[in-house]
Amino acid sequence: MGKELPKNNYIYFDYAATTPVDQRVLLAMEPYWYKVYGNPSSLHLKGREAKVVLDDCRRLVADFLNAKERNVYFTAGGTESDNLALLGYLKNFDEPKRIVISDIEHKAVVRVAEHLEREGWKVERCPVDLNGLIDEEQLEKLIDEDTVLVSIIYANNEIGVVQDIAKLSKIIKDKNAKTVFHTDACQATNFLNMNVEDLGVDLLSFSASKIYGPKGVGVLYANDNLKLGPMIWGGGQEKGMRSGTENIPGIVGMCEAIKIVEKIKDAENRRLFLLREKLISGILNTIDGVHINGDRKKCLPNIINISVEGVEGESMVLYLDEAGFGVSTGSACSVLDLKPSSVLLALGMSEELAHCSLRISLGRYSSEEGVDSFLEIFPKIVERIRKFSAV
Amino acid sequence: MSNIDVKGNKQNWMYSDIVKDHFFNPRNIVEKDSPNWVYNGMGEVGSPACGDVMKIWILVEDNRIKKCGWKTFGCASAIASTSILSEMIIGMEIERAEKIGPGDIVEKLGGLPDNKIHCSVLGDQALRKAIINFKEEYA
Repeated sequence: MGKELPKNNYIYFDYAATTPVDQRVLLAMEPYWYKVYGNPSSLHLKGREAKVVLDDCRRLVADFLNAKERNVYFTAGGTESDNLALLGYLKNFDEPKRIVISDIEHKAVVRVAEHLEREGWKVERCPVDLNGLIDEEQLEKLIDEDTVLVSIIYANNEIGVVQDIAKLSKIIKDKNAKTVFHTDACQATNFLNMNVEDLGVDLLSFSASKIYGPKGVGVLYANDNLKLGPMIWGGGQEKGMRSGTENIPGIVGMCEAIKIVEKIKDAENRRLFLLREKLISGILNTIDGVHINGDRKKCLPNIINISVEGVEGESMVLYLDEAGFGVSTGSACSVLDLKPSSVLLALGMSEELAHCSLRISLGRYSSEEGVDSFLEIFPKIVERIRKFSAV
Repeated sequence: MSNIDVKGNKQNWMYSDIVKDHFFNPRNIVEKDSPNWVYNGMGEVGSPACGDVMKIWILVEDNRIKKCGWKTFGCASAIASTSILSEMIIGMEIERAEKIGPGDIVEKLGGLPDNKIHCSVLGDQALRKAIINFKEEYA
């Protein structure tokens, strides 16, 4: 672990943004660009070859999720899966109804919900507590007989907070058995239980690009009882829900990535948990005025989100970049609309502290040496910026 | 495609070289809560909630800005724009300094991304406040 990639002096701590492709994935994909290149819809030999591969891949993904092959839809990534989950299912309703989303959803859900609001749908937003955990009482209250869908992110991409999806599913179904439950599991895939039976979800999205697979491939799981309307029309692939020639190399790559995740999940959970704890205590021990954002226990082992008083996020990111570390921020200055992260504000954080946030996300090629050198440099950068900070 | 250089972290910086220089080597900063030199004008704009706060101190003598120091909480362009503004105005007559607008700062910086222009707008406002403060309390 940590040795597969060529040594490079730049330390990437932004695995929540995306992951590099594992070399084993790259090797697995290779023949499917030019040897097994057929279109699975073709009747001839090349088409049949590709069809066999596609079926094998669908079985592998189904097994990974403890689902049936017919429940697995291949998409072009996490965002498309989220869009298809919400818009595809809601096509069943002629009249706008109600949906509930959490206050800390990914933009791929938030923006769809806002679009639905403009179309006349009622969108309720379920609050979270100061640590980012769903307010279960509020969730229960927000669901009524008109609530047709609830979407709650499994592990949040900014703060890494992990929701008890199985428990939330029970709360939802006890209140209204007909309410469909979707979870965005893009950040969860590397580390958490993806068994849809255990989770009690009807729809689940994930993406290859967060699990050391290729970009542009994802999965939507939809249970048997759901009818989904198409988002993309054409040749009728994926049971008509998602037309377009299947991305066989990408799908093969994603399947290889899943195999690796299954093999190393437990070991990576333990290894990264220790690195995360080391980073957090190292930062708290050397820098004053640091806040840890999100629940410290119910959290992914790889995401650390902090706010550093008086130090604006973009400045930290760019000074760290210059020092050879890739991290990210929820500060307004990192995005086009100049508003700080809505996820951080949902925790009840002040806008000032949201501007001072930094996300460090570890991954497969993160090493203890990398963490050590980060801990050596980061306090110096904070001290430097604080010298000329006006707050 | 094969020409993409992924070796270093110097590639395709979102800001100009001038912004980068002032961001990493800010000039005329005030390290403590206020300058350790005598000043006769001070201006502050922005709010922490908005993500930008700028404070500028000036010493005016014989109608010219002799000294300027600043502190900024904000992103790279906010820091760089205050830094370059401090260089621009030292030695300048206050009537000219008052007329500096955001466009002048952006031009000196070799441009800014469109969504960042609002940051530099603050630097000239803080300076005008400092000049007003000088005129009202010291002149």
